[in-house]
Amino acid sequence: MTTSHVDPASGEALHEVTLTVNGMPHRLRVPARRLLSDALRHDLRLTGTHVGCEHGVCGACTVLLEGRPTRSCLMFAVSVDGASVTTTEGCLEPDGGLGHVQQAFQDCHALQCGFCTPGFITTITAYLEDNPDPTEDEAREAIGGNLCRCTGYQNIVAAVLRAADIRRERAAS
Amino acid sequence: MFGQRIRRVEDPRLLSGRGRYLDDLGHDALAVAFVRSPHAHARIVDIDVSAALAVDGLVAIYTYDDLDGRTSEPLPLLIPHPTLNQGRTPYPLADGEVNHVGEAIAMVVASDRYVAEDVVGLIQVEYEPLPPVVGLAASRDGDALVHADVPGNVAATMVQEVGDAAAAIAAAAHRATLSLSIERSASMPMEGKGVLARWDADDESLLVHTSTQSSTSVRQAIAAKLSIPVDRVEVVTPDIGGGFGVKIVHPWPEEILVPWAARRLGQPVKWVEDRREHFISSAHERGQLHEVEVGYDDDGRLCGLSVRFWHDNGAYTPYGLIVPIITSTQLLGPYKPGAYRVEFQSMYTNTVIVTPYRGAGRPQGCFVMERVMDAIAADLGIDRAVVRERNFIQPAEMPYDHGLMFQDGRPLVYDSGDFPASLAKLKALVGWDEFDSFRAAARAEGRRVGIGLGCYVEGTGVGPYEGGHLRVETDGSVVVSTGLTSQGQGHQTMLAQIVADELGVEMERVRVTTGDTRRFKYAVGTFASRTAVMSGSAVALTARKVRAKALKIAANALEAAVDDLEIVDGQIRVKGSPGSEIDLGSVAVLSNPLRYAFDAGAARATQFAGPVDPTAPPVPEGEQPGLEGTDYYSPVGSTFANGMHAVVVETDPETAEINILRYCVVHDCGTVINPMIVEGQIHGGVAQGVAGALYERMEYDDAGQLLNASYMDFLMPYASEVPHIEIDHLETPSPLNPLGVKGAGEAGVIPGSAAIASAIEDAEGFPITAMPISPSELFALRAQHPRARHPSRKDPTLSTP
Repeated sequence: MTTSHVDPASGEALHEVTLTVNGMPHRLRVPARRLLSDALRHDLRLTGTHVGCEHGVCGACTVLLEGRPTRSCLMFAVSVDGASVTTTEGCLEPDGGLGHVQQAFQDCHALQCGFCTPGFITTITAYLEDNPDPTEDEAREAIGGNLCRCTGYQNIVAAVLRAADIRRERAAS
Repeated sequence: MFGQRIRRVEDPRLLSGRGRYLDDLGHDALAVAFVRSPHAHARIVDIDVSAALAVDGLVAIYTYDDLDGRTSEPLPLLIPHPTLNQGRTPYPLADGEVNHVGEAIAMVVASDRYVAEDVVGLIQVEYEPLPPVVGLAASRDGDALVHADVPGNVAATMVQEVGDAAAAIAAAAHRATLSLSIERSASMPMEGKGVLARWDADDESLLVHTSTQSSTSVRQAIAAKLSIPVDRVEVVTPDIGGGFGVKIVHPWPEEILVPWAARRLGQPVKWVEDRREHFISSAHERGQLHEVEVGYDDDGRLCGLSVRFWHDNGAYTPYGLIVPIITSTQLLGPYKPGAYRVEFQSMYTNTVIVTPYRGAGRPQGCFVMERVMDAIAADLGIDRAVVRERNFIQPAEMPYDHGLMFQDGRPLVYDSGDFPASLAKLKALVGWDEFDSFRAAARAEGRRVGIGLGCYVEGTGVGPYEGGHLRVETDGSVVVSTGLTSQGQGHQTMLAQIVADELGVEMERVRVTTGDTRRFKYAVGTFASRTAVMSGSAVALTARKVRAKALKIAANALEAAVDDLEIVDGQIRVKGSPGSEIDLGSVAVLSNPLRYAFDAGAARATQFAGPVDPTAPPVPEGEQPGLEGTDYYSPVGSTFANGMHAVVVETDPETAEINILRYCVVHDCGTVINPMIVEGQIHGGVAQGVAGALYERMEYDDAGQLLNASYMDFLMPYASEVPHIEIDHLETPSPLNPLGVKGAGEAGVIPGSAAIASAIEDAEGFPITAMPISPSELFALRAQHPRARHPSRKDPTLSTP
């Protein structure tokens, strides 16, 4: 991380940060206070990650940092220099098709406005890595840290279970 | 397609991160932040920007004194009403006085949002605090005034009466009075508001993206305020991260200020609301106090009902009296009230404004009426479901005219509904008649349970109109647009289903655009559960029109009679005569006689391509080129959906914790277009109903500070708070529209507080008169009612042991 650059508009010192996002290495220059969520969205233009509250409660901005669900609005980009980040764009299949969690969300009508959805996709993706065969109660618990205002969570719980099925089916084929 | 659980066409895009919400656009735009009032009521003495001017990246600071032309006038009062004789609206930036915490005072434009917020922190505003009016009690008491020229803080008083309610109540065999209150909550979409404006100086035109529920009207408002010809302004709604009512109000101050600044600065300008701003400077709803007098006979039938209520409209009234008018009319639900009188006063307070929030006054009205039903049942010792049945409007009485004026200025006439059938379904679903054995078994284990009911009628699909445009392209694809917007309800899917059926094409061919004034300029907006009814009907009528045109052209091409043709999967063919057919794309080519062959398809329509009738013009008289059409749907009145919810709760005998054991819904929204989407709407509504009953409230202190203005402190439910929801449907088609549909978007939220209060009352044996209710409040109520009868009914076989 170096600080030899200055933002021409604001005069702020810029720091060079390297991030591997969805498998692609990126080098970017950001002010020290640049949130990881803003760096992903506005510097890398990966706008799949959303910001719903900017105080770490709603979970819409959840990304996988080294595979672990993390609130990107509570983290500076400079503090994760060198890290590997997965966003909802990175949860697609290699051929660009919907990943198992994303497909389950469509199958179960687990999204309406879609704003909170990226945080659920990343959270559930990580959860199923550790818990590939959850019960309904466990599925509900798994999404207990993310807010959704549209769905009443009914179909999101169903989608967790459906995603586990799709994940198994795809692994088998 | 109609009636099927079609997966949404919106989803692949939204799921893969390719959604385009407001803040996903305009990455290089200048950023806006606002200085907002920290006082609920104050005079602005001085605004000192001197400390802020040296900040690198600052572009501009604007205050009221910078506003010019019509931007310096108050924002419009969107829905005037003859009784709203003290309507007040704010200025885009405060002109010398602020009337709620969060009111905008200065606008900062800077190179990015971080810098803009730095500058906000350096602007010094000197205030002279004025006495704040917080809550309906302070407002009614009138010692302090929100607006010095509005006596008693009363924005409006409105009365409607059918028959002589006072006389009917006085003459009734039994009478009761109730005092009932509901606190404020808010729509609280996951995405707040936001505006991006681009001024094209060469074209002298403005392109505005805004997270709104009414793009056509925002367009008109911006043109009027900025004194730009309306044809130089276009407004586009990108993907919207939820609305629930708050985004129907317009123009918000920011929807005027951001385009104004973009034109002034000649650069794209963007504002994205943060969560605290959404709490303190957008809008709330629900806060009302109600005083009820009711008279009824020995069987529990209503003889007369008189309701007085006070509606907390906050500091301004841009949306008029819509919410209290809805309460005053929809309170009646599925019942015949006998003589009915309702009077409300819409009251100013120094709190943020009120706009419709999903349900829009109906949850309060339903709470009031259902509390009345339970009070009658308790008084007479009659089963609560039976009391309701006895007061229902019967199917044979439809259409039923209440003799009142509804929120659309038209008579309150129910078009259809079968309330006895709905209740029978609900009783079966929840096991109403078997509940006492469940209660007894629970009691034997030391548990306390109760069951509650809530019935409602919802006027949906209010006018004045919506429209649709449909064009078949020469490749056979079908492009549809309607002017109202979409906030996650699956409108693209639902409208494509309708078009596919009406036109006779596969759904994959149909692409639907909503809320883009470049595509469709005449529309009203997305509110009042109206899209399926209004735009659904409009695109159905449009598709029928285009289908008729296609058949006419095809009949000519196939040398067949129109009546002998059918359209299947986009192929127009002679019924029972395989082989003679033409696809819709080719019909589109033929519909547009050409001179120039820009591609192979077009070549077929050029002037030397085929036989010519030299006596007829290339475009037949009375026709227009192109396989397209526009049509509108404008109903004489709203269509009325209905539903009933039953809830089983368990209250902890020690801690007063309230748990929902079962939540059952019977829902009748007429013909169902996509059951999957309708159920999703009900789920979301129920979650907001549970939230409003048990968790969400706006905690204002006496100074008018909103103490819980964050997701950390405002208890929006997570998955752990929303019960499993059981749903059964009844389909009573509406006779008013071509599809037989009624609205479904708001329904789920309406009876939440009513049904849950009913269940808690049943479990506890004392009246529940105020919602939301927390465990602490229930604990306190127990102390006030030490001799409560459990359950609450006067049933001698079930009195407390």
